[in-house]
Amino acid sequence: MAATRDGYGQALLELADNEKVVVLEADLGKSTKSLHFRKAYPERTVSCGIGEQNMLLVAAGMASSGYIPFASTFAIFTERAFEQMRNGVARPNLAVHLCGSHGGTHTGTDGSSAQSIEDLAIYRTLPNVTVMHPSDEVSTRILTKRLASSSNPSYMRTARNKTPVLYDDVSEDTIQIGKGIELKSGSDVAIIACGVLVSEALKAADMLANEGIQATVVDMHTIKPLDTTLIDNVAERCGCIVTAEDHSIIGGLGGAVAEHLSMTSSTPLERVGVKDRFGESGQSDEMLELMELSAPHIRNAVHRAINRK
Amino acid sequence: MQHSIEELEELARKCRIEIVKMVYRAQAGHPGGSLSEIDLLAGLYGTTMRVRSDDPDWEDRDRFILSKGHASPGMYALLAERGFISHDDLTSYRVLGGVCQGHVDMKWCPGVDFSAGSLGMGLSFGMGCAVAAKLDGSERRAFVMLGDGEIQEGSVWEAAMAAAHHELGNLKVILDRNRIQNDDFCESQMRMFDIPAKWKAFGWNVKEIDGHNMNEVVEGMQFLSETNDGPSILIAHTVKGKGVSFMEDNPAFHGAAPNDEQYALALSELGVTV
Ligand SMILES: Cc1ncc(C[n+]2csc(CCOP(=O)(O)OP(=O)(O)O)c2C)c(N)n1
Repeated sequence: MAATRDGYGQALLELADNEKVVVLEADLGKSTKSLHFRKAYPERTVSCGIGEQNMLLVAAGMASSGYIPFASTFAIFTERAFEQMRNGVARPNLAVHLCGSHGGTHTGTDGSSAQSIEDLAIYRTLPNVTVMHPSDEVSTRILTKRLASSSNPSYMRTARNKTPVLYDDVSEDTIQIGKGIELKSGSDVAIIACGVLVSEALKAADMLANEGIQATVVDMHTIKPLDTTLIDNVAERCGCIVTAEDHSIIGGLGGAVAEHLSMTSSTPLERVGVKDRFGESGQSDEMLELMELSAPHIRNAVHRAINRK
Repeated sequence: MQHSIEELEELARKCRIEIVKMVYRAQAGHPGGSLSEIDLLAGLYGTTMRVRSDDPDWEDRDRFILSKGHASPGMYALLAERGFISHDDLTSYRVLGGVCQGHVDMKWCPGVDFSAGSLGMGLSFGMGCAVAAKLDGSERRAFVMLGDGEIQEGSVWEAAMAAAHHELGNLKVILDRNRIQNDDFCESQMRMFDIPAKWKAFGWNVKEIDGHNMNEVVEGMQFLSETNDGPSILIAHTVKGKGVSFMEDNPAFHGAAPNDEQYALALSELGVTV
């Protein structure tokens, strides 16, 4: 078990050899894990105080001057700087890498003010911006490192709490921006998940196997650009799809997959996500239960999808 | 009913005990900023706030906005001591379904006037309450508690400028100047230089006090009550974690809970005999 935010912090350290890599903080470095970089490279770390809007445009200015800025705060507080991201970063296509930690209801007892359930949806609407939500510490580390050589801005959501490590002994080549990863192959249903729900999807697949249902499980860590080839492929093979995300049912991974499928096929789709409501204080597992996101709920959605075939 | 200085100090001491208990039980939460603000909250509610615990939604009540909404244990402790919620409710802090959500929330807890948790929002909201009171021809006032780290948010200064422009004498701020924010001391995160001069330059009436000296706290509340020619701010110099030795002036206890040993020590320092 490990937290994806630790993968982010580790990646920043590994990127430090590149002297153009800089880190920007808004008084949450201890939480987002940029603090390790700050300790080792204080001269390349810009403290912006509690000022997210300023942070985003300072990052943009540095990107325009040849630097590779990684800016982070809680997912929810990145949203305060959404228009800065839109007009000052995405529009001029400056490669600023924004990381929002503590995303989703899984964040827990801080309560609804800290649980971003709309970040993937809003950043996905911005031209030029890559949007990611990795599922484990290893893939977060690898994907963060890949961002440093990308010429587009990005938004990456990480999670506060520990989840299973899924890619311990996988070659780094299998983890590429924009390429979903098929973790399990079956022909009855395809579960496409991101972030903390990927491990729940794997649990659901085990439950389903006991019932004689063989599920494909895809880790769709990149929401944009979406791996539509893989979606078409599993849609054809499995005949129905379930998406799963710790995010609003509106506009995130499920929304992106629905938009694509609506143009290419009539494959039945069920979406597991936060049902257009806010969260509240609770432990991570309690939140996944309350929001109906945990493995048994994914399994139920699979039954609904299969019935619609 | 007016309280003596000793009674207010005792109110604050009781609240401190509840703060430590809440954060210990939850093994999460924000003790530092709750302990620094609590003498101010006790002074405010004990001498100045016009509110009714048996009618928390009374239309003409003064509003209190805890803009630094993470310091919720302080608010909840006070609301329990003043009868808005029960002491039993305090066990629901950060518990699923509890009235005491991680950050103060007006949809969940009686006596809470703003759903906070995102810094830099409360002053604008308070300004809205103040403008509405004027339009209503009501005597009610809006009190807003800000953190010193919090005033690094630009939106605070948008509200500060606007409140002076609109001459909102019924808008009153208390600034908890405890010199520490999330990651570290303000001095290393973002220096703010002359804070009183900044507010003065924005057109505010300014007074500074020692936020742990109850006589000065009460004088400060009088200043806020009596200053009605434009917005006013009480800058209270405080110590983060005040009252618990190992939390005092220690950035590590911004958002961390005490362990068993520390818990016992904290309670004994606050005069609890077990
Ligand atoms: C907009 C926003 N950015 C970041 C945070 C995370 N955060 C919570 S508390 C805190 C530090 C607050 O410091 P201060 O205002 O001085 O409060 P106090 O020391 O009184 O607890 C931070 C950065 C937040 N809640 N809201």
